[in-house]
Amino acid sequence: MLKNRIIPCLDVKNGRVVKGINFVDLKDAGDPVEQAKIYSDGGADEICFLDITASNENRETIYDVVDKTSKKCFVPLTVGGGVRSVEDINKLLNCGADKVSINTAAVQNSKVVEDSSRKFGSQCIVVAIDAKRNEDGWEIFTHGGRNSTGINALEFASKMEKCGAGELLVTSMDKDGTQSGYDIELMKKVSSMVNIPVIASGGVGTLDHLVDGIKSGASAVLAASIFHYGNYSINEAKQYLASKDIPVRI
Amino acid sequence: MNVTIIDYNSGNISSVINSFKEVAKDKVNIEVTSDLIKIKTADKVVLPGQGSFKSCVDALNNIEGLVDTLNGFTINNKKPLLGICVGLQMFADIGYEETETKGLGWVSGKVSKIDNQNRNYKLPHIGWNQINIVKDSKIFKGIENKSHMYFVHSYEFIPEDKSVISATTDYSSNIVCSVEKENIFGTQFHPEKSDKIGLQIIQNFLNL
Repeated sequence: MLKNRIIPCLDVKNGRVVKGINFVDLKDAGDPVEQAKIYSDGGADEICFLDITASNENRETIYDVVDKTSKKCFVPLTVGGGVRSVEDINKLLNCGADKVSINTAAVQNSKVVEDSSRKFGSQCIVVAIDAKRNEDGWEIFTHGGRNSTGINALEFASKMEKCGAGELLVTSMDKDGTQSGYDIELMKKVSSMVNIPVIASGGVGTLDHLVDGIKSGASAVLAASIFHYGNYSINEAKQYLASKDIPVRI
Repeated sequence: MNVTIIDYNSGNISSVINSFKEVAKDKVNIEVTSDLIKIKTADKVVLPGQGSFKSCVDALNNIEGLVDTLNGFTINNKKPLLGICVGLQMFADIGYEETETKGLGWVSGKVSKIDNQNRNYKLPHIGWNQINIVKDSKIFKGIENKSHMYFVHSYEFIPEDKSVISATTDYSSNIVCSVEKENIFGTQFHPEKSDKIGLQIIQNFLNL
């Protein structure tokens, strides 16, 4: 039986790990390579690096981080943040990323998703959707949540599946950093609409939130703070999910 | 010992390279190349593959003499070869991804899209799934039945001769995830991304 994945996410800025509340107020807390190794040794099913301010700043440091991590961690490594072009994706893959997540570029030019999934395979193309509630449902935001687009999140999710995305990483902007749980309704809607795996993201504060995320239909749950600040280990999270009859790899 | 990882523009092979280098340490020389002479003289060959069946077969054919060299290595000289993911799928006679494409024909069978049972199963099949070991394979030495391996694929290899199957995994159906036919080994899952247990499979292959 296919297991539900637990994916710790490390937000990286200038080669260092940070995690903010609602995408601001960054704290510096560690070396990403060491952190990733701790997670993979602890049973993480996948590691995610998000280069959070990459859209605006020099992002060469991330290549070095990815290169070093991929020589130490032998579980899948997903890298996102500031990915603009097929060439950026190529470079990250060559450094040792297994999947690349695309956010702003996928919104601005869906051809990047089409071209890259054709060139490298859908398996390594993750489209990251940052969604915020509005009166009609959910709207997607770009540039790390700074820019509104007026685009409906569910329609966009469906479009990305058609363009060749292998997975969708769905983050609720309303929930991110609040530790009050995923936006379950959003996860349910997206998961039931597309036939590619959905990774739920944004808002985890307790282990029950992870359970709720999987029950919403997501194939994987992503969390940052609860693992990063040592509230729970990956293994504790997995044991808890297993106790709730959710299939995980232990 | 020289082990050659075939570099034929088949997508991202850095994880395969990293994992083999990690296991090989200084004891085994790992070469990453499409140089035909080096492939011919290698002791073992690893054939990775990412992307579509068609794109991988096309990429192999784009390097003049590569398919003949691989045929000589595995079929005539009977030296060990490990195919990973689409590398395994290309053992088949034919694949149906994008368009009907001829495979290497080393292990009779076809590669078809996984049946998603009326959208009840998400595709790609991504994540950790347990393997059912159905045959004693040399690359499974020290690997327990029901071990978790990392998968990411939408197509499956269906061999004609079921005796080549060394492991399956349960998803929408019983999916073939490892084959062994004499000197030819293949895994649908990614040992290079399957943590310590995956590295053990790589070690077993290097130990052959």
